Amino acid sequence: MFVPKTALLALALVLGASAQELKIAAAADLSAVMQKIGPAFEKQTGVHPSFSFGSSGNFFAEIRNGAPFDVFLSADRSYAETLDGAGLTDQGSKVYARGKLVAWTRNGSAVQLSPDNLKFLTSSAVNKVAIANPEHAPYGRAAVAAMVHFKVYDQVKPKLVLGENISQTAQFAQSGNADVGMIALALALSDALQKSGHYVLVPLDSYPPLEQSGVVLRASKNKQAAHRFLDFLYSPAAQKLLHDYGFETPQR
Amino acid sequence: MNWQALVLTAKLASSTSAILMVVGIPVALWVAFSRRRWKFLAESIVALPLVLPPTVLGFYLLVAFGSNSPLGRQYARITGSTLAFTFSGLLLASVLYSLPFAVQPIVSGFRAVDQKLLAAARTLGASKLKIYCQIVLPLAWPSLLTGLVLGFAHTVGEFGVVLMVGGNIPGVTRTLSIDIYDQVQDLNYGSANTTALALLTFSYILLCIIYKLNQKVLLWGTR
Repeated sequence: MFVPKTALLALALVLGASAQELKIAAAADLSAVMQKIGPAFEKQTGVHPSFSFGSSGNFFAEIRNGAPFDVFLSADRSYAETLDGAGLTDQGSKVYARGKLVAWTRNGSAVQLSPDNLKFLTSSAVNKVAIANPEHAPYGRAAVAAMVHFKVYDQVKPKLVLGENISQTAQFAQSGNADVGMIALALALSDALQKSGHYVLVPLDSYPPLEQSGVVLRASKNKQAAHRFLDFLYSPAAQKLLHDYGFETPQR
Repeated sequence: MNWQALVLTAKLASSTSAILMVVGIPVALWVAFSRRRWKFLAESIVALPLVLPPTVLGFYLLVAFGSNSPLGRQYARITGSTLAFTFSGLLLASVLYSLPFAVQPIVSGFRAVDQKLLAAARTLGASKLKIYCQIVLPLAWPSLLTGLVLGFAHTVGEFGVVLMVGGNIPGVTRTLSIDIYDQVQDLNYGSANTTALALLTFSYILLCIIYKLNQKVLLWGTR
């Protein structure tokens, strides 16, 4: 059979590259910061991390069904720990940062945000409130918990629209289809959202901590590099980036 | 089984296919009988949802529905709410998305009508409308039914667009396909299976009806 040399070369490159690649399933709140952490890690180690972003619950279900990821970065502890309990991880889960929930609205909207509580969600200026689906997104659960904490959940419930993950939730608010988006601070600080809107932090004591947890998956064929990536998240460089993108980090 | 999602899906699919008939028949008549040179341009627009990923339609609808777009602002001014996350918004999306599934079979049906009959009617002085209503439509009824059923079935099976502009609101935009997706994500395989199996059976029976119908018509034709 005739195979062009270039095709063989391309194949060799692909195979060669895959040995040095990490497949990372990451919660959507990490999408902005990982675009910075990924290249920094690659520069230091020569290993290329390729990210898939989505809701933690979706990845959890995929991994339970054998999705071929090396690392799973969850937006809360429960999913990582459940995988741990099921024996699907290598050496347990680690918390490397804490996420924060914010209420975001477009510039020029009639909504008056308040940093004290979530009573503003009940105002008539707010028709639709976007949250991530609490069934499988930790930020969605945090949003519901905060509304319950401030005793506005029953009033706000009819206004809720559910995003598949926190990125879609942000997109609902940013496109002007929802008046307020309950999203990750990490996303509110991204260029696109910073330009088009403003936010307030939801009081930290009103929802359970969003502990960003990482695990190396037992099925990974690249465990050594995977552990190096998790360790890298604790490095001063990565912790600074996480901090810049609105995560609370243990060292700072 | 999520009955709320089932009722919603049935409501969405039947409203969609009803609108598709009203919109689709004139479109199909025009596509089947027009001799304009630039017809292929419009034909291609109608057929677009066959080849486009639902994400393309979902994305543009979301942008168009939002308060940043003139269309979204006008709609919000008139009705006091946005189209996204509402039943009407989903209905509009479904009509656009299922249009070719209803129109294509109807066009084939219209084209299959014997040209001699039409020519004879014309020579006897029948108007265009009369020819359409009294010859084309009655002769092409199986393809009308096929278009209706396919439009209905395709709306039941819609997922990507609903996920993008629906907002997953129980009773308003959480359709059966979204409900199955949620169940699977939450590892409730039992209830996902109940709904999925019901949809599978329903779709199979529906298609059996269409094919049986077409077979019958084919047999009549050869007789």
